[in-house]
Order: sequence, then structure tokens, then C-alpha cells
Amino acid sequence: MRMLPCADSGLLVELRDLDEVLALYAALDADRPPGVVDLVPAARTLLLRVDPDTADIAEVQDAVQATRPSHGGQQERGLLRVPVVYDGEDLAEVARLTGLTEREVVEAHTGTEWRVAFGGFAPGFGYLSGGDSRLVVPRRAEPRTRVPVGAVGLAGEFSGIYPRTSPGGWQLIGRTDLEIWRVDRDPPALLRPGVRVRFEEATA
Amino acid sequence: MTRSTVEVLATGPLSTVQDLGRPGLSGIGVGTSGAADRGSLRLANRLCGNDESAAAVEVTLGGLTVRAHGDLVIAVTGAPCPVTIDGRGEAPNAPLRVPGGAEVRLGTPERGLRSYLAVRGGIVVDPVLGSRSTDVLAGLGPEQLGPGRILPVGPAPHGHPHVDIAPVAPPAIDEVTLDIVPGPRHDWFTPEALDTLVSRPYEVTADSNRVGMRLAGPELPRRDTAELPSEGMVTGALQVPPNGLPTLFLADHPSTGGYPVIAVVRATHVDQAAQSRPGQRIRFRLGGKR
Repeated sequence: MRMLPCADSGLLVELRDLDEVLALYAALDADRPPGVVDLVPAARTLLLRVDPDTADIAEVQDAVQATRPSHGGQQERGLLRVPVVYDGEDLAEVARLTGLTEREVVEAHTGTEWRVAFGGFAPGFGYLSGGDSRLVVPRRAEPRTRVPVGAVGLAGEFSGIYPRTSPGGWQLIGRTDLEIWRVDRDPPALLRPGVRVRFEEATA
Repeated sequence: MTRSTVEVLATGPLSTVQDLGRPGLSGIGVGTSGAADRGSLRLANRLCGNDESAAAVEVTLGGLTVRAHGDLVIAVTGAPCPVTIDGRGEAPNAPLRVPGGAEVRLGTPERGLRSYLAVRGGIVVDPVLGSRSTDVLAGLGPEQLGPGRILPVGPAPHGHPHVDIAPVAPPAIDEVTLDIVPGPRHDWFTPEALDTLVSRPYEVTADSNRVGMRLAGPELPRRDTAELPSEGMVTGALQVPPNGLPTLFLADHPSTGGYPVIAVVRATHVDQAAQSRPGQRIRFRLGGKR
């Protein structure tokens, strides 16, 4: 574990892998050190944003050091079934990169349960982890300037769903009609950290 | 009882409603947003006797004209701009009485970038996810203001403003000096990059907004071209994309980013950064108080 201060505004904790990130996140979310206003988990890091008027970075560091990571402690938030039409523009490329057939890519994507590890990129976007390890693919070399809302993609060890039309560099394998982000709904985001996700093949 | 309102007649380049933002929602990918110069928003609210977190109008480079419907108390802070009420000149950084029907005009500031117009009672448009701030990156919160928009004003708070006029240091007119602390990713750059960052000034480019300020100046070379997994970002971060030129993140910055941050501007200097206008020079200085 490496601790990297961000001036007096935050502390970036670098960890070995996503499991360590989520374990530390669960422990700190349950018992926040004084002055910590937000926790931002990511693939290899956990950022603690602090209120510079009330927090002392050195004290926050000591508190993190003294925290026992809570393995398996991610909050259980239920199962979300996501219907997907697997006709994404990068399906053939993902098959080529993984050495699978297109059919096997779909079966791998629907064959295991995923889980929202953390949010980021845009409101309502969730990084889904825990899928079939054969589906690990790099981002596209050239990001698209326009990815449609509902596009389902893969990048690195993650899968994700675009909550609105935006630029994006993930490999697109399909699309869903499920509205994963609606600001006037409670909750606005269906993909909150801890939610389990099961992709199901739908017909166009 | 009819509530007072503020009618927008003209806006200048960009006027938005801002409060202190929506912290704590990065789990669902929502950034903090809120006033770019938080100190000036807080001051405007104190001058009106409001809670410091009340919503006000953030006015970029002046040009806002509004009409009061109902008697109002207002205050204008931040970039000092000429303020007139029905054509009569008034002072910034002081509570001002506006009779119902009067027209309030904010001219172009001669220095600084963002002015704040607070109203006693606060602007009470419907909050989105707990905040009335417009997040221009995420597309959250009220739309940016345009002519014809009617802004409801909340009930006057019980407390009365106990400040008559606030002495405020005006934003710098030439070079701005900002204290930075190296990291979290300065070790991703060549050993000389930090010296380069503090050796010569950078210029604020026109490609700057509430998300961040793109800076022009000496390039900051990376040690290698490895890919950084996206990680959480703070306001004030100097993120360096592959072209080597830093972007200084402001209120609407994305909650995570995929390029290394060479240094972070101290929290006490972020408001000054947000008042720097395109063409102005910024000099970074290592250190400042711990």
C-alpha cells in the first residue's frame, strides 16, 4: 500500500489489485476518518477527498494505516438483470482478440455474474468486475467520438454500459434498452457499487 | 404570499446557478461541481445573511442583466465588475437594496473572471441530487441561464446581514502565483519536469471552462508512455495528457481521470486559479504552508 498526498485536498492510496481497493473502501466507508468527504475507488487506487479546512492529511494517512481492510465486505445491493442484443460493432474484434468465436463471447458475457465495483467516467456509469477472465481486452486504439446510450462494452477486466450518448473507447459488443441512469428516478443510477449484474441475451 | 423572483434579461458569455455542489456521489460517477470560486460564493451569501451554501448566480466575464420582481437584497462578489441598479452605480462586496421592478446590471470586470450575484433568501430552483449547481461536464442541474428565465427567490433567512462591506483583495491583473505540492504522480515524469513546471509561467488558453483550464507553456515530458489506470482526481490537480501540457482541474472536473497528475494546487489557491482569465499568466511555486 502506497500513500500519495494530493496537496491538502486528498490522499491517493495505491493498492495491488481491485480486491484490495474494495476491501479498504468497504472498511473506510463504514468508518470514515474525520474530514473525509468522499471516497473514490478505482481499478488500483482509492482516493480519499478531504475538506482542507478540517482535515489534516498526515492524520488521515495514520487513520488509513490503522484501518483493517474488510474483505468480502462490499455491501449487497441485489441482482439486476440486463437484457442485451449482442450486435455490437466490435463483437468480431473482441472474438479475434480473445480467440473465441462471437457465440462464445456472448456465452462468456452472459455466463457469469458481474458486480459493480465502482463508478466514474459519467453519471450512472458503473465499472463491472468479476466476469469471465477470457474477456479481458484492451480499449480501442482510436476512441469513438459518439457511442450511443445503452451500448454495452468491454475494456481491460471490466464491462460497462453507456448511461448516455458520449465519446468512448470501450469495445462495443451489444446494446440494452434498460435505462440505467435517470436523474428524476430514485435511485437515479441502477448500477451502484455492490449491485450484481446478470446479462441476458435478448432478440432485436 | 407571492414570492420574489429574479427575471434574467441578458447573460453575457455564461451565467449559471451554483451552490457548494454535490459532494459524496462519486460512487455513481457524479462529480462535486458547485461554484468555481467557492470563497466568493460564501462571501456573497454572508453579505446577504444567507447560509454560505445557498445558491447564487455565477457570472463569467460579466454581462448579466436581471429585473427584480419584489424588493430584494443582493450582493456581488468575485471578479469586481461595475454594478448598476436602474443605472445608478453601486459597490461590490456589500449588501445592496433593490426595489421591485428595478434592473440590476453587471458590467465586464476589469480583472478576474467570475462574479457572484447572491440574493437574500437564495435562488431556489429545484435541486438535482441535492444541489442546485449546473455541472457543465455531466449535464446535471439547471440549464445555463438565458433571457426570459425566471429564478425563484427563497424566503428571507431569520438572521440579518451583519457585514456592511467586506474588504477583499481583488484578483491579480497580471501574473498569478499559485502554490503547488508535487504528486501524486510526479514520479511518472522526468526528474527535470517539476523544475520546468515552476521555472517559467504558463498561459491560460481560451480552451478553458468550469471543467478545467488548459495551459500553454513548456512541455512536461513523461519518463515512459505506460498507461495509467483511471484514478480519482481532486480539484486543483494538474493533469498532464500525452502532449505534455497541463490542464488545471476546476469545479466540474471528472471524478476520475486516466492521465498522471504531476502536482496539485493548494486548496487555498484554487479560487484564485478560477479567477484567472484566458491570456493571463500563471506561475507555479513549490511549497507554501503545510
